[in-house]
Amino acid sequence: MTNLLIALVVILAIAALVQLVRVNELLSEITNEDTNSVTDDDNNKNGILFLLTIPLFLGFVVWQMVTWDHLLLPPASSVHGAEIDSLMKVSMTLILIVFFALTPMLFFFAYKYRGKKGNTAYFFSHNNKLEVVWTVVPTIILTALIIYGLRTWDRAMNPDLSQATVIEVYSKQFDWTARYAGEDNVLGQSSYLLVKGKNTLGVDMLDEPSSDDIVTREVHLPVNKPVLLKFRSRDVIHSAFLPHFRVQMNCVPGLSTQFGFTPTKTTEQMKLEEGEDFEYVLLCNKICGAAHFNMQMKFIVESEEDYNKWISSQQSLETTLTLK
Amino acid sequence: MSDHHHKETFITKYIFSTDHKMIAKQFLITGMFMAIIGMLMSAIFRVQLANPGEYSILYELLPGGWLNEDGGLNPDKYLALVTMHGTILVFWVLTAGLSGTFANFLIPLQIGARDMASGFINMLSYWFFFIATVVLLSSLFVESGPASGGWTIYPPLSALPQAIPGSGTGMTLWLYSITLFVVGSLLGGLNYIVTILNLRTKGMSMQRLPLTVWALLITAILGVLSFPVLLSCGLLLLFDRSFGTSFYLSDIIINGEALHNVGGSPILFEHLFWFLGHPEVYIILLPALGIVSEVIAVNSRKPIFGYKAMVGALLLIAFLSFIVWGHHMFMTGMNPFLGSVFTFTTLLIAIPSAVKVFNYLATLWRANIRFTPAMLFAIGTVSAFITGGLTGLILGDSALDINVHDTYFVVGHFHIVMGLSAIYGMFAGVYHWFPKMYGKMMNKTLGYVHFWGTFICAYGVFFPMHFLGLAGLPRRYYTNSSFPMFDGLADINEIITFFALAGAIVQAIFIFNFFYSIFKGTKTTANPWKSNTLEWTTPIERIHGNWPGELPVVTRWAYDYSKPGMDEDFVMQNVPLKEGEKEH
Repeated sequence: MTNLLIALVVILAIAALVQLVRVNELLSEITNEDTNSVTDDDNNKNGILFLLTIPLFLGFVVWQMVTWDHLLLPPASSVHGAEIDSLMKVSMTLILIVFFALTPMLFFFAYKYRGKKGNTAYFFSHNNKLEVVWTVVPTIILTALIIYGLRTWDRAMNPDLSQATVIEVYSKQFDWTARYAGEDNVLGQSSYLLVKGKNTLGVDMLDEPSSDDIVTREVHLPVNKPVLLKFRSRDVIHSAFLPHFRVQMNCVPGLSTQFGFTPTKTTEQMKLEEGEDFEYVLLCNKICGAAHFNMQMKFIVESEEDYNKWISSQQSLETTLTLK
Repeated sequence: MSDHHHKETFITKYIFSTDHKMIAKQFLITGMFMAIIGMLMSAIFRVQLANPGEYSILYELLPGGWLNEDGGLNPDKYLALVTMHGTILVFWVLTAGLSGTFANFLIPLQIGARDMASGFINMLSYWFFFIATVVLLSSLFVESGPASGGWTIYPPLSALPQAIPGSGTGMTLWLYSITLFVVGSLLGGLNYIVTILNLRTKGMSMQRLPLTVWALLITAILGVLSFPVLLSCGLLLLFDRSFGTSFYLSDIIINGEALHNVGGSPILFEHLFWFLGHPEVYIILLPALGIVSEVIAVNSRKPIFGYKAMVGALLLIAFLSFIVWGHHMFMTGMNPFLGSVFTFTTLLIAIPSAVKVFNYLATLWRANIRFTPAMLFAIGTVSAFITGGLTGLILGDSALDINVHDTYFVVGHFHIVMGLSAIYGMFAGVYHWFPKMYGKMMNKTLGYVHFWGTFICAYGVFFPMHFLGLAGLPRRYYTNSSFPMFDGLADINEIITFFALAGAIVQAIFIFNFFYSIFKGTKTTANPWKSNTLEWTTPIERIHGNWPGELPVVTRWAYDYSKPGMDEDFVMQNVPLKEGEKEH
């Protein structure tokens, strides 16, 4: 029944359109004008619409910026993230200035120079001076932006990790597992061929540093201490995305990748600033299958004291694997 | 070249035609058909995103087995829809539909040639494309569903049917289909290049080529250089899937089973894929910019400003497009130093792009603009190119990309700069050359309604996506209700879906206008837009061979609009220079 109704509505809509067009054409036959040639009246109407577009479009953009501002990610909770935020602010300001200058210019020209019978356009085919100016100016601005960007990138990618806590983040369809390197801060060797039973990460237990590794289902980090995340994947490409820390890195089967950073705000602090529900979370950000949208792990940043308390309460891999 | 007026049967005229004008129409209609399918897919997944897991009447359009038992959309099939939407829009609509239509239609007509260098190869190019289309569409109906690993088909997801059902038969068909597609576009591309270089009529020097032809030439070169890489990239994936090789696979456990593959790298796939993938962006964009240059000049009644700079910018963009592919891979674990190199080359593209925008603005300055529907869409293209191009400065910067990579910020960016710019350019082209294609005029009023409706809805869909991205929302999520941090985004999603559905309905006006005008439109005159280029010197009635008598001889560039000292505000390219007249 609904299908029939929909079909009926579609047919009626088409019939209405046909009649509309026919009326239009018949009218023009009476007035003896080509219905589809553009008149001064058309130029005026469209020109004015373009003029109206300026406040409406820019107003829509500003409305979004104001209304949705509280939904955007809070300022970064990491050292390198703060630098990325500054670069973001500069770049965003720059593109907004250009956007708010060029868009009105385009639509204003469309309005201002709308056609009128008897008017003649100005024959203006090129002007070398002008063209040099608008090639050189963007070049200078971009050079500055590139240099600033590359410096930020360089610092984000090469932090001092000599004191970093090493944690492996292991991804598979559709969850995450973490492995702390333990007291020696060295991860034991692992291989996908060793994945068996409780040894879900395929850790080589014959390798000396493996014994004190700790496997967990959530990640605790001490605040203001560098951490090095090392990524592995069991099946397909996943991407470890920690938006609050400005951290993202793909987890690729057969390849080891890593990202080092220093968290600067505890979860408690963030709860005070952002609301009681706030949690740091790790998301998957590379299409990986049906439950891609629900592949997550909690991150908790706490004082070093709390962190030490938590980590010492965890069982080492050697214990968990030998427990019956 | 003796007899071009040989007798045509129905089959040689409409089906296996070697006439470039008919082949162009075949590409256009197929492209439009695919665009409707791709658009319906987006309507369906937008409905899912606004009302996650709930039934919608739109789901009745889907093949059986795509829904959960409670009537909601199946998450696997959500990914299938996203994948096919991307594939169809990128390759079928904006590559074949856009280049296929306008390269075929405009190249011979605008350079003064009777047809393409090889009409037969041209026909083959369409029919390879047609078979590719059939294969792709058939994959929608296989039991395990079509390819669903994203249009970028990264392995191992795309290589392992155990990882996602769409990587079974659906993926095989996808690869076959894309192989046929590449063959078709190579045949077409080679033909376009040879035709432009060899068959220009007397006087049509490269410096007098309309910018459309320049853009189509550069596009064809990009395609010929980059599509073979996609082909080999897909071929190796086919080997991995079917013959047990390990080009892209290593160290994998799937469904509890350890695979034998060792030593391959998915990163290799990504490099090969994006070596095509990035030039592909410009394969899509440049023809639209070429069309827009022509439409803006004609309807501003002014020469395009800075013709040489426009050609130079096209060439520079094309060259740079080959050395920026790594910006899609900043987060793959690629050496950070490479990230720096690709950031540098990527941001450079902003320079020729800025030059193009300023030149369009200078063309509009002190013009006498005639707002045909084509002109409205051309202005829309420039607007989208500005809006979407600017956010490229964020994404191209590796440091900033850390946080916006693969989020909705990217979705908003490329839909505006590549999707909207190109589809507006395509609409501009259809409205502008429809009289030449069908001898009829499209209805002007419906064209206006179509433009303003589309323009409003499109920004309503894609602009809010930037905010979703800046809130950290990843793309390709079946729903964002699994994360409390995204709960506030539901309103934005509803707004986007509202505009997406409204925008889809507006397109019906265009489709109606198109087909109604083919049969019932008012008759056109020989040169309805008072344009300078050679296609408007051909007779209104279509003939195989384009010009009944001698080919026109070109004596000036294509942009003598409102030239002082002339009788009218346009001078066609085959009108000899007046005594003492300078070329420009």
